[in-house]
Amino acid sequence: MSLALEPSVGPATTKQVTRERIAGNVQRYGAAIVLGLLLVVGSFAFPTFPTVSNFTNIATQSSFLLIVAVGMTFVILTGGIDLSVGSVYALGGILAAYGSTWGIAGAVLLPLLVCGTVGILQGLLIAYGGMAPFIVTLAGLLGIRGLVFALTNEGANTPLIKDASVTALGQGGLLGLRWPVVIAVVVVVIGSVLLARGRGSQTVLAVGGSESAAVLMGLPVARVKFSVYVVSGLCAGLAGALNAAYSSSGVPTVGVGLELSAIAAVVIGGTLLTGGRGNLIGTTAGVLLLTVIQNLINQVGSLTSSVQAVVSGIFLAVVVIIQTVLSRTQRL
Amino acid sequence: MSAVTSAVRLPQKGAALVFLQRYGVYLAIALLLLFNLFFTPNFMTIDNFRVQFIQVVPVLIVALGMALVIGTEGIDLSVGAVMALSAAVIPLYIGYGPLPAAILAVLAGCLIGLANGTMIALIGVQPIVATLSLMVAGRGIALLVADEQLKSVIDPGFLALGRGTIAGVPYSVLLALVLVGLVAVLVNRTTFGKQLVSIGGSRRAAELAGLPVKRVLITIYILTAALASIAGIIQTARLSASVPSTVGNLIELSAITAVVIGGTPLSGGQVKVLGTVAGALLLQLIAASLIKHNVPDAYSQITQAVIILLAVYLQRGKAVLK
Repeated sequence: MSLALEPSVGPATTKQVTRERIAGNVQRYGAAIVLGLLLVVGSFAFPTFPTVSNFTNIATQSSFLLIVAVGMTFVILTGGIDLSVGSVYALGGILAAYGSTWGIAGAVLLPLLVCGTVGILQGLLIAYGGMAPFIVTLAGLLGIRGLVFALTNEGANTPLIKDASVTALGQGGLLGLRWPVVIAVVVVVIGSVLLARGRGSQTVLAVGGSESAAVLMGLPVARVKFSVYVVSGLCAGLAGALNAAYSSSGVPTVGVGLELSAIAAVVIGGTLLTGGRGNLIGTTAGVLLLTVIQNLINQVGSLTSSVQAVVSGIFLAVVVIIQTVLSRTQRL
Repeated sequence: MSAVTSAVRLPQKGAALVFLQRYGVYLAIALLLLFNLFFTPNFMTIDNFRVQFIQVVPVLIVALGMALVIGTEGIDLSVGAVMALSAAVIPLYIGYGPLPAAILAVLAGCLIGLANGTMIALIGVQPIVATLSLMVAGRGIALLVADEQLKSVIDPGFLALGRGTIAGVPYSVLLALVLVGLVAVLVNRTTFGKQLVSIGGSRRAAELAGLPVKRVLITIYILTAALASIAGIIQTARLSASVPSTVGNLIELSAITAVVIGGTPLSGGQVKVLGTVAGALLLQLIAASLIKHNVPDAYSQITQAVIILLAVYLQRGKAVLK
């Protein structure tokens, strides 16, 4: 997956090679391994944890964040960041609720159209305007949340979804899995195929690896940087619309801080924040890991959301420290 | 990172653009004041300005620290959590008197700064994730310290910090002025300031030049946390209550905005202390003007977003020319 050209400094000893390989694998599959361990430990510790209904819950809760995190992975792979996803998520929900008066097509297409446009605007400013992703999407975070409140009379209105076909999109399902879960899986699969086979995928990784080098190689850097923000806007809008369908209403205050959870999930999943390396399977494991931790803390019962915050924060810190140390080992 | 792209499409720099880049924030403040002079009744009064200054103090103090961190090409998302922690510590020790309680609150905040600095300087974690993890964990710790409760603080000596004045100037504003002066001297007149700016310019070059990069970075994250703790203490004194669940929420965004509008580039290597002060004031005045004209909060948020984009758009390309 990596395009980083590591200069070979002298003949590497077998020991070094083994160490590098172990480090690389831990970085790539670390989240999945920890997730597996947590599932086993959780199953033994809490009898209410390994039940079908609990796992269905975990899957549904993860699905919205996962769709957002897929878009975020694309952005981070190019070395960028998208702070606006929480606000775009809320916008998607509101628009889905308003659009549901035209049935399921309105509830899905309206959010995708508008949130895609938000992505286009941000992408234009970043890729062609030469502005820092952090600042453009920070303005997006503020401005889009403002727009959400403007659309809902200062957050006083919570538009409800009355159309049964739209609520079915959130609450119905296939083979025991809710539609949001099915759609999230489809999004991950499409994203993975794009990353592995897509024409722009190598450019995405190359831009993250070294933007100057990618420009000098004549790759369509600006076009790729532009498109990842459009993808991220679309993903956040879709996730927001599905969440609105699931809760049968567009709530103006949802998604505050969602950008942070998405970034955390992507980083835990082994994607380097500097870009150039990462994959969607890792991101999926990262999202599931965050949700499972939350679920396990809820299983204990006596612990509060503050404890949950402390655990998630420290967990993120430990993961990035391990990753940083490991990527240093690999470089040597 | 984007050196190549920027070099290819460097904007034509006219005199007007250079002027706007350098003095845009001051010009914006002047225009806003002029607008209010004519269109807002009771805006240009001493009382109103006292209120505006009191309200801007927490953001301003946090933004001072943020400017230092951004000068090293870093970022600190944990400042709000630091404010919450220092607010949470106050009621625990207020029995020993206001000063010991304040010192302990600052020390508690500095621990978060130390954790940030260690992860960033010694281990090499990216500032945005390192401080993100402490932003999440820090507020959780603050809430646990406070037993997840709002506690009122009634010590008269401590409350004076929020209410007392000297010759009509509130203590908190005076304290902010002193801190602005100290940070300005630190950045412009000391070796430490020069080291800070050179690390932001190029960390690798600073390392090769033999500067104590790690020590300087850790110190800066601790300083930023200390400033944020002071902001938390002032906020607690003003509310006469410690509210760790909400104090400092989203303040990192306002602080970063103030710093960037003030002309400090996110790419590091420069710190504009006066610009940061002006940036914080501009944000406060915009919010106040919109409120006084009964513009709903939603539109004032959109306005702020447009202003951020405009300010940064004008400044792009500057980092290359510095």
